[in-house]
Amino acid sequence: MEHYNMNLNLKVWRQKNAQTQGGFETYQVKNISSEMSFLEMIDVLNEELIAEGKDPIAFDHDCREGICGMCSLYIDGRPHGPWEQNTTCQLHMRAYKDGDTITIEPWRAGAFPVLKDLMVDRSAFDRIIQAGGFISVNTGNAVDANALPIEKDKADASFAAAACIGCGACVAACKNSSAMLFTSAKVTQLALLPQGAPERKSRALNMIAQMDKEGFGACTNTGACEAVCPKGISLTNIARLNQEYLGAALTVN
Amino acid sequence: MTWKQAFTSSIGKKLVMGLTGLFLIVFLIVHVGINACIFADLNVPVWPFDPSDDGAIFNKAAHFMGSTILIRILEVGLFAGIILHIVQGLMLEASNRSKRKQGYAVQLGGRGSKWYSRAMGLLGTLIMIFLILHLAHFWVKARITGSDDMPEVEGMHNMFNLMKVTFSELWVVIVYVLACISLAYHLQHGFQSAFRTLGVHNNKWMTIVQSIGVGYSILVPLLFALMPIAMYLGWVG
Repeated sequence: MEHYNMNLNLKVWRQKNAQTQGGFETYQVKNISSEMSFLEMIDVLNEELIAEGKDPIAFDHDCREGICGMCSLYIDGRPHGPWEQNTTCQLHMRAYKDGDTITIEPWRAGAFPVLKDLMVDRSAFDRIIQAGGFISVNTGNAVDANALPIEKDKADASFAAAACIGCGACVAACKNSSAMLFTSAKVTQLALLPQGAPERKSRALNMIAQMDKEGFGACTNTGACEAVCPKGISLTNIARLNQEYLGAALTVN
Repeated sequence: MTWKQAFTSSIGKKLVMGLTGLFLIVFLIVHVGINACIFADLNVPVWPFDPSDDGAIFNKAAHFMGSTILIRILEVGLFAGIILHIVQGLMLEASNRSKRKQGYAVQLGGRGSKWYSRAMGLLGTLIMIFLILHLAHFWVKARITGSDDMPEVEGMHNMFNLMKVTFSELWVVIVYVLACISLAYHLQHGFQSAFRTLGVHNNKWMTIVQSIGVGYSILVPLLFALMPIAMYLGWVG
């Protein structure tokens, strides 16, 4: 694809901290290369802001190669921007043309309070994991490969669910701010494997209890989460979590 | 995990919605089946039934529903199911809306989901308002107050005549047709969503559920909508 430069108008949510009211600020960025990533474009703007003695825009990022789940940003009404199955750090400026106006908002959810500007507190996800997203095994030498037979279908479905990077785009996109796609992926990746079997019931019950406690909404199966998920986590996992939960709720004393 | 905990968690509440929803879906099959008896009086040249019997088949079917004790007991369950579905639905909608205090400046909208999936609360409320009117039109008259528009025929209420009188007014026909459209969209999401909530995740089975759901949510509201239209235009009776 041919390289080109562009000038852009940015409408960015600025908020000092969790206690203050935020608002949109407008910025002009010039000579942005089509080969830059979206976050590099914000880096350029931040360099200018720092040079002018202003407060740079705070945003989350870490690996910048689409696997860590730190980047977020609700870009023009869609988590992680316009591209399918893509994280914000892997969104490149060739998605835009000269003169475009881009609106950038933080994830919006009661369970994800804004810390500053575009950064939100996603520790609610950590606490859901801590409630049951683990297996208890003895450590030691790795066992021989294939010592424990696992159906190919189940191994594949488990692996697909394990691709979840916990970025929170599902919550951001959901009209109910539900964390069901995230929680279902974390339950599924363990529930389908024999190693996850002993804690299967308590896992489903405890993770759902924590999810409710954190203030996420209930799932209404609209499918918005699946549509925006950068890792293509399937809505099927939510139905599987429902089954896991019901099986546990109806049998555990 | 007590029963109370099981049914008051976020999934538990959805389970109540799904189970009552499926119960109401089964009820609608009975309802549309009984009411479709009015089409025995269709004014067509070749027809196995007598179009001039003043709704005799429909009146018999309606009389059976009203006079059979087992069905009257089920009627209590039906009202309980409807009320539970409405109350739980409204509470869930309010609770879900409260989870995002600060909204977005730019909405995701139709890029991730169908409008009717997002509008289940609104569609359900429209159906609830219609239901009040609908009960006042038929159920209240048949069970409680009685009406001059349904004279006794062979010891049975002439419900066919009550329908004809009710659907002689254009605004009533329009309201019923709009309610059927709301119902169609409500079912389009609700039918398959209920099965997902119950934990059906096998893609092979989900394909069947979705196909039946699409067929059901078109066919049943269409048949219902044709009743006031047929009465108003004089196609029956």
